[in-house]
Amino acid sequence: MKQYEAVIGLEVHVELATKTKIFCGCSTEFGGAPNTHTCPVCTGMPGSLPVLNKKVVEFALKAGIAANCKVSRYCKFDRKNYFYPDNPQNYQISQLYLPICRNGWVEIETSAGKKKVRIHEMHMEEDAGKLIHDEWEDCSLVDYNRSGVPLIEIVSEPDMENAEEVIAYLEKLRCMMQYLGVSDCKLQEGSMRADVNLSVREAGTRAMGTRTEMKNLNSFKAIARAIEGERERQIELLETGRAVMQETRRWDDNKESSYTMRSKEDAKDYRYFPDPDLPPIHISEAWINDVCASIPELREEKQERYQKKYGLPAYDAGLLTESRALSELFEETAKVCGNAKKAANWFMGEVLRLMKEKSLEPEQLRFSPGHLADLILMVEKKEVSAQNAKRVFERVFEEDIDPVAYIEEQGMKIVEDTSLLNDVLNRILDENPGPFSELLGGKEKVFGFFVGKLMKELRGKASPDTVREALAKEIVKRS
Amino acid sequence: MDFEKLTALQLAEKIKQNQISVLDGVKQVFDQIQKNEPKLHAYLDIYKKDAYARAKQVEKGIADGTYTGLLAGVPIAIKDNICIKGKKTTCASKILENFIPQYDAEVIKRLDSAGLIIIGKTNMDEFAMGSTTETSAYGVTRNPWNPEHVPGGSSGGSCAAVASGEAYLALGSDTGGSIRQPSSYCGITGIKPTYGTVSRYGLIAYASSLDQIGPVGKDTADCAALLEIIAGHDRKDSTSIERQDLDFFKSLNGSVAGMKFGVPKEYLSEGLEPDVKDAFMETLKTLTRQGAIVEFFSMKTTEYMIPAYYIIASAEASSNLERFDGVKYGYRGADYEGLHDMYKKTRTEGFGEEVKRRIMLGSFVLSSGYYDAYYQKALKTKALIKKEFDQAFRKYDVLLAPAAPYTAPKIGESLKNPLAMYLGDIYTVAVNLCGLPGITVPCGIDQGGLPIGVQMIGECFMEKKILRAAKCYEMARGAFPSPWKEAKEYETI
Amino acid sequence: MSKMIDEETIENVCILAKLSLNEEEKKKAREDMQRILDYVEKLEELDTGNAEPLSHIFGDKNVFREDIVTNDDAREAMLFNAPRAKEWQYQVPKTIL
Repeated sequence: MKQYEAVIGLEVHVELATKTKIFCGCSTEFGGAPNTHTCPVCTGMPGSLPVLNKKVVEFALKAGIAANCKVSRYCKFDRKNYFYPDNPQNYQISQLYLPICRNGWVEIETSAGKKKVRIHEMHMEEDAGKLIHDEWEDCSLVDYNRSGVPLIEIVSEPDMENAEEVIAYLEKLRCMMQYLGVSDCKLQEGSMRADVNLSVREAGTRAMGTRTEMKNLNSFKAIARAIEGERERQIELLETGRAVMQETRRWDDNKESSYTMRSKEDAKDYRYFPDPDLPPIHISEAWINDVCASIPELREEKQERYQKKYGLPAYDAGLLTESRALSELFEETAKVCGNAKKAANWFMGEVLRLMKEKSLEPEQLRFSPGHLADLILMVEKKEVSAQNAKRVFERVFEEDIDPVAYIEEQGMKIVEDTSLLNDVLNRILDENPGPFSELLGGKEKVFGFFVGKLMKELRGKASPDTVREALAKEIVKRS
Repeated sequence: MDFEKLTALQLAEKIKQNQISVLDGVKQVFDQIQKNEPKLHAYLDIYKKDAYARAKQVEKGIADGTYTGLLAGVPIAIKDNICIKGKKTTCASKILENFIPQYDAEVIKRLDSAGLIIIGKTNMDEFAMGSTTETSAYGVTRNPWNPEHVPGGSSGGSCAAVASGEAYLALGSDTGGSIRQPSSYCGITGIKPTYGTVSRYGLIAYASSLDQIGPVGKDTADCAALLEIIAGHDRKDSTSIERQDLDFFKSLNGSVAGMKFGVPKEYLSEGLEPDVKDAFMETLKTLTRQGAIVEFFSMKTTEYMIPAYYIIASAEASSNLERFDGVKYGYRGADYEGLHDMYKKTRTEGFGEEVKRRIMLGSFVLSSGYYDAYYQKALKTKALIKKEFDQAFRKYDVLLAPAAPYTAPKIGESLKNPLAMYLGDIYTVAVNLCGLPGITVPCGIDQGGLPIGVQMIGECFMEKKILRAAKCYEMARGAFPSPWKEAKEYETI
Repeated sequence: MSKMIDEETIENVCILAKLSLNEEEKKKAREDMQRILDYVEKLEELDTGNAEPLSHIFGDKNVFREDIVTNDDAREAMLFNAPRAKEWQYQVPKTIL
């Protein structure tokens, strides 16, 4: 059998995190009751007109510049005409002829090493409404709450070869968008969606095969499965002497297979033309400079800084910068407690453990970095035992309690009261002459017996280390 | 009292001076409607009850100083492609037979705050596509001068209403001549403002890059006063222009002495009816006598105006009218099987023949493989036409043209040959392509007793120049007869 | 010669525009479109060489709105005209899903 390789390009849709829709003042909030975020503009009422949200342009510029794109100083919106009920005007306002950004790239890292994926273009467009199937009446119902939510579509060059690269590319984009604050990129809520363009060719050849476009990929897992499935389907076709049809296919993740979306009624001729309702956009040098200045430190730079400035291992720096939210929590904690290394240990250990245990995303974390910093400082000052501190942190993590007050209340605070320690020590040794003589006789086990007894009596007023130390001294003294 | 001859401004003045009540003005209009409407059919909907209620309100508002404008208390008719909250707005199409907008067009808000009284909605060509008002799904409107003839279009209902005294004023819309041509056919005055001067919010789009709402009235002063009310920047319309010089009414004083008028030679060649040509030449003489300088010049792109216009207008229309699909509003076809069948039945049954013709043409010129040859080529042609107008305006203050090559055709003649009908728009479409302001003023009557109009075209934002020219010409011409008068003599009102 | 409008072209345009015509209407549509296209073919004579396609007459100024929520829940008004609605949604024939 011949060897084949896949050639993959992606069209990624990212919903922008603006407060309002792209062309009207309706809220973009997710999950409202059907059609509660709609107005004449986003339901395509006759006579309504679109007015562009400036923030959408700013966010698109941010994303484009961060992905090393060339910004079009002059761009326009075009209408993409097709009939479907989720699209109230039966045309989508998008950009074809003059997209806002072109010719960029991002770097991805896979087990095979680092690689650049080129970005063909990024353009702004409006999202469609939501269709749900009504089993009762066997019809569909349309909710236009999402209609007009701003999107950027990021079109890559066909630079990827396998699912691992595709996932790495998507992770990269997601991380970048989150850092930029332009999108939360939640696949499950549909705020990040990817269509996969895939073709296969004989390994080593250069000509491109016929490609298909795969839609309805709702998770990274589905994307990986769809890529493998489509690759095999196309190879199978070629191996049996059949041709691959250029078509759009829909992935069914339950059946783990795809089917064609072509129908006689879909002419796939979108008749794009400049939208006469929206004047062209002029992007000045000054505006571009402002946007450049507003781009925050992105993951790569952060990672590097964590290694250099904080002396963290590359692995830790990688995990801590996986999301902007987590890195911000970490940096704030490190700043307040003044010890980045210790803070990093807490994040790598307790924070990540609890996140995993409770399956929380970094954005969902509710504890104040100041509270964690307080806790770290108390451990450092031996004011609480490490074991107790971990227990207290669980409460901080969940309820964001004030750990200092809590430790006091619970009597977990270690007060190094030497006179009390000495009194109790002497009393206990005097009350237990038998075991003490065994200890002096070299029976090591009895040491633990005394430590336990002492700790119980002192009830957290001294740390185990201090108790051990004092006991050892007393043995030397009395022997 | 017989005050049907009054202009809107005169009526408003008499209302202000308590010589006529607002109610009387409204009543007079409804009397006229009752008398003429069975014959004319200028209206699609009449708001008698609302108008009387509103009249009382306005009467009070004028008395207490709420409404101080030049046209407070004047009854006005609205073309049925302009949305009024809670009022059926059909675009004279079956597909919107039951559509009741839940929002007002920006112009309606402006009329309300200026204290005008909306009388009803006027007939038009379906979706403003047509030059005769015959493509209306609700029957033709007849020309008040001669009921055998069309009133022109697409704002035929608005123009017929004003010409017949069924309204003092009206709003029309102009995409390729739809105010200027019916104004000419009905012997009244109408303005197509500079693109972006009047908000399009709430105007149901035909071709968005060309559409403008404009005033229709008995004379230039009425139109200027109404334009002043409806013009102004609107944040809801991205193509709305922020401009300061909107005090049009004041610009009516002055003379044309020394003003330079240009006449494109090509506009006077074949196809121009002799009566229209004679009236037009007479107009040039009248202007010259007033001290104007009139020159002929060549407009080489003339023969490309109609092709470019119909490609661009149809392309935009095909897209603008996609939203009429039976999902959100309007007519939904019956007995459909599945989604696409519903779309097809809805649109096939809901749209009339002319609309379908333009939708099909527009879909074709945008379709894959033809975009460059037709649509793109038309946009380039538009650029060249604009360049030629720019050059002309370096030499001339105002350009003069007939409003149409002939007077109102007989009912039933035009739709037999759509292409021939399109060619009749030759003098008006370029104004829309280039965003220019244009005004039509009556300038004569043909042998058949039908009115003829002259068109004055200005550079973008130069409404004041054409208004001044139109006003001067009007004064020199003398009063123009009205169709409802028995004697068609010239007489000073 | 301008493009010959054949039956297939009309069929295709009908799919794009969501119209269905009977045979007679199709024939008429073909003739009408052919006549108009033959006429607009005139544009071919015009040398538009360096001209930039002019899509917007004015457009040298950016027009934006600020990202501020201005609209309340208006679903009642938005659904007022719906030919069919159910549970605050527009009801349509089943879409292929």
